[in-house]
Amino acid sequence: MSESIKKVAIIVSQGSLEGIYPGLIMANGARMEGMEASLFFTFFGLDAIIKKRVKKIKVATVGNPAMTLPGGLPFPTIVGMLPGMSALATAMMKSGMEKLDIPPVDEFLEMIHDSGGGIYACKLAMDMFKFKEEDLSEHVDGILTVGEFYEKSAGAQIIYT
Amino acid sequence: MPTREINGQSIEFDNEGFMTDRTAWNRDIAAVLAKEEGIETLTDRHFDVIDFMRKEVEEKGTAPSIRRLNKLNVVPTKELYQLFPGGPAKKAAKIAGLKKPEGCI
Repeated sequence: MSESIKKVAIIVSQGSLEGIYPGLIMANGARMEGMEASLFFTFFGLDAIIKKRVKKIKVATVGNPAMTLPGGLPFPTIVGMLPGMSALATAMMKSGMEKLDIPPVDEFLEMIHDSGGGIYACKLAMDMFKFKEEDLSEHVDGILTVGEFYEKSAGAQIIYT
Repeated sequence: MPTREINGQSIEFDNEGFMTDRTAWNRDIAAVLAKEEGIETLTDRHFDVIDFMRKEVEEKGTAPSIRRLNKLNVVPTKELYQLFPGGPAKKAAKIAGLKKPEGCI
């Protein structure tokens, strides 16, 4: 059998609900298996760790060909463009997730933090969007440059989402 | 299916070391299994988790998630990871004589 994975470093670069969750689930899952895990939030992915943005994360209903209405009916992009559609799709998805015991983003961050996983913000993206340290969620362990992120990720499998 | 002799009892396990019959479990078996998982002594806090997990399986058929253990104030997530280092949900289930947890969360 090949050597088991001991450490993962997961980059979250997208700010939609479906862009953020996979990284959170994989980081948490890694900790549950006893691996080291860290999350690096960059570009729009930063929304997940910005206090005033985290509650506003939504599903992208435009430009998503895999999107369907309940029952599997097609969900054309033009429907996704209607006002409130993204909020509706988000509400439906969130209630489905709650049933599967998937926590909201801020609670998920706390869970990963408490499990010993590292949560980091990308310095360049912070500067780009003019976010300050006080804008960050309390579960964030620090702001890193790309170089520092690679340093911390020594020996890890790096996963980009 | 591997069968092992523990404290004079013959116990069946699956291929990953989880007990196949939770009713055959007792605290002495738990202590032996815990040692094999690197936990020298099971404390009251360990048993708070183990007993709750067994109760939930009894009542609902599935073991509680880490989130549920935290939410119901059974054990905070941080402490759970300290009590069962290196994979808390699996380790706790193994020591509690339960089957391997199936959830991703």
